[in-house]
Amino acid sequence: MGETSYLLFLMVLTASCMALIFYGIFFVKQKKSVRTLARFTLLTAGVLQTLYILFRYLQTGYTPITSQHETIVFFAWSVTWAYLSFQWRYTVKNFGTFISLLLFILLLLAAGASRTINPLPPALQSWWLPVHAGIAVISYAFLALAFCGGIMYLLQERELKSKRFGYFFTRLPSLDSLDQLNSHCLATGFVLLTLGIISGSIWARQAWGAYWQWDPKETWSLITWFLYAAQIHQRFTAGWRGKRAAIMAVIGFTAVLFTLWGVTFLLGGVHSYAQ
Amino acid sequence: MPNDMILLLGVNHKTTPLAVREQLACGKGYEEPLHALRNIPGCKECYLLSTCNRVEIVVVAQKNAQVEEDIAKLLFGTSVAPEQRQDYLYVYRNNEAVHHLFMVSTSLDSMIVGEAQILGQLKEAYRHAAELKYTGPVLNKLLHKSFSVAKRVRSETQIGASAVSISYAAVELAKKIFGTLENKNVLLIGAGEMAELAAEHLVSQGVRKVVVANRTLSRAMDLAKRFNGTAVSLDELFSQLEQADIVISSTGAPNIILHKQDVQPIMRTRRNEPIFFIDIAVPRDLDPELNNLDNVYLYDIDDLHNVVETNKSERDKEAVKARRIVDEETLKFQNWIDGLSVVPTITALRKKADDICRAELERTLCRLQHLTADEQKAIEKMASAISSKLLHDPVSFLKNENCKEQNEVKVEMIRAAFGLEDKD
Repeated sequence: MGETSYLLFLMVLTASCMALIFYGIFFVKQKKSVRTLARFTLLTAGVLQTLYILFRYLQTGYTPITSQHETIVFFAWSVTWAYLSFQWRYTVKNFGTFISLLLFILLLLAAGASRTINPLPPALQSWWLPVHAGIAVISYAFLALAFCGGIMYLLQERELKSKRFGYFFTRLPSLDSLDQLNSHCLATGFVLLTLGIISGSIWARQAWGAYWQWDPKETWSLITWFLYAAQIHQRFTAGWRGKRAAIMAVIGFTAVLFTLWGVTFLLGGVHSYAQ
Repeated sequence: MPNDMILLLGVNHKTTPLAVREQLACGKGYEEPLHALRNIPGCKECYLLSTCNRVEIVVVAQKNAQVEEDIAKLLFGTSVAPEQRQDYLYVYRNNEAVHHLFMVSTSLDSMIVGEAQILGQLKEAYRHAAELKYTGPVLNKLLHKSFSVAKRVRSETQIGASAVSISYAAVELAKKIFGTLENKNVLLIGAGEMAELAAEHLVSQGVRKVVVANRTLSRAMDLAKRFNGTAVSLDELFSQLEQADIVISSTGAPNIILHKQDVQPIMRTRRNEPIFFIDIAVPRDLDPELNNLDNVYLYDIDDLHNVVETNKSERDKEAVKARRIVDEETLKFQNWIDGLSVVPTITALRKKADDICRAELERTLCRLQHLTADEQKAIEKMASAISSKLLHDPVSFLKNENCKEQNEVKVEMIRAAFGLEDKD
């Protein structure tokens, strides 16, 4: 079973690498046929990731979002499907190139992490595990999309303001579509993030007896939540958009990354099951 | 084809001033000049292209100098003295004619390289000639080829990709900011001619509303009427700025009329909706500092000129690629023309038959291992006898001297029937 699982993971890694290569070629050449190929490859990668996660579920007997490796793979899976669901509604020019790059980096990190299966600690043996961790990671995926969109916005805005048009100008979409992307992903990501924190808090009450106990992970989640809440509030009241929104999306995502990894490695606390 | 040539005669914007081009007899309508061309002795196929920048005639005709003279006479009519014609006219033969036609269809010979209009005009001109059945196997192939070369250039190079006029550059920039220009509002400050031109391009992109603000209201109203817009006085400028998305300023004011500190509070009321200022006035109307505000984009006339210049140099790079494609395709076409004469066709026909015989023999003989060497030879002999008997009639049809002037048709027919077309 371990062999098959490893094989599946290699397939996931290969498919994502192919998707990145095809999207890269599309970025340079801007040929539609290449884009179709790239989309299909990314879809394949998404399906393979789903299979791998299901397989891992059967292998371990619990929802695989506990170890470093599992969390990153689940994160990658969420990014892929968040992007695919998003792209299904409308396309943002060359967004796929940036997403597939992020995806490949994530999967490389997953490849570096230990794939050993640890017995599930008693505290995590609950159906709250998939609910809480699942929702939280999916919310991170949408915030990751906002992050990629923000980077693209900043690149494009710099070209327009400096009036010197380099390689990216023709290849990046309009500022407006990137700003819309930011707004959509932010809204979805924020709602999910809120749900993730609430579900975690309810679970904490059941497992540890208190809704909130200022564990570092909780604290940092709250900080992240406030960052995004401020951003959304400003967007809807004062019309924060464009460059400022893009910068905030980048800052917010750094906070997300710190909550996800920084806390575990630097601060510890009760959330640090996976070492 | 050996006794014929492809001949291209023409005048264009580079060689001939507009005043002369206007006088040309072939400049108006297609039918009459085409009839006249066809009636020139020795002319077998003909075609005429007439646009505001060029008049070009392509014929397939017998090799003699008289044809050239007759066509030139027809082209210029009585408007230009014969001794002056040489200053304007260019004449290309065979390969050069093919090359030139491809240069035209790919817009490399156009006033604005990369423009797409010429291809449509070429197709239109071809339609006229083809409907009158004045084009034959050579011109049909040549013109269709010129369309596909144009298409190839368009898909393999970026030649038509970038804007090379100021108005187009402004539209292109606006699209990079707003995505679509539908449901965007345009505000014109000043009612000059340049503003009018820029606004025209924007309106053709489907903007929602045009507002004209001018010192004299009557002029503003005239211009507003053209775009179905509204006219306001300059005093209303600030309140209009709250709704405008694209602002084109072109007043004759000696000083800056809109400062950074004026626009800053407006951005707050606009809830930071992006705004695109285009300052085409000299001296400038708008404070250059505006560009430093978030969600405000300011381009003055020099910036737009720079955009156009960069695009032009980009386009020149692409034109080099396009020229290579044209050269390549000219060569291919030459190969096709060479194939049109009888001898290579017969060779190709025989080669094809031989190839088929050899392949089939190989397949059969390796299944019949028990045959003796003599028996094998007999089968080989039979196969080649069948093939040469089958070929006898088409070959003598090709060699028939009685209808030599129809050689191209015959060759084309045989090539098509036996699948000798070169795959390109």
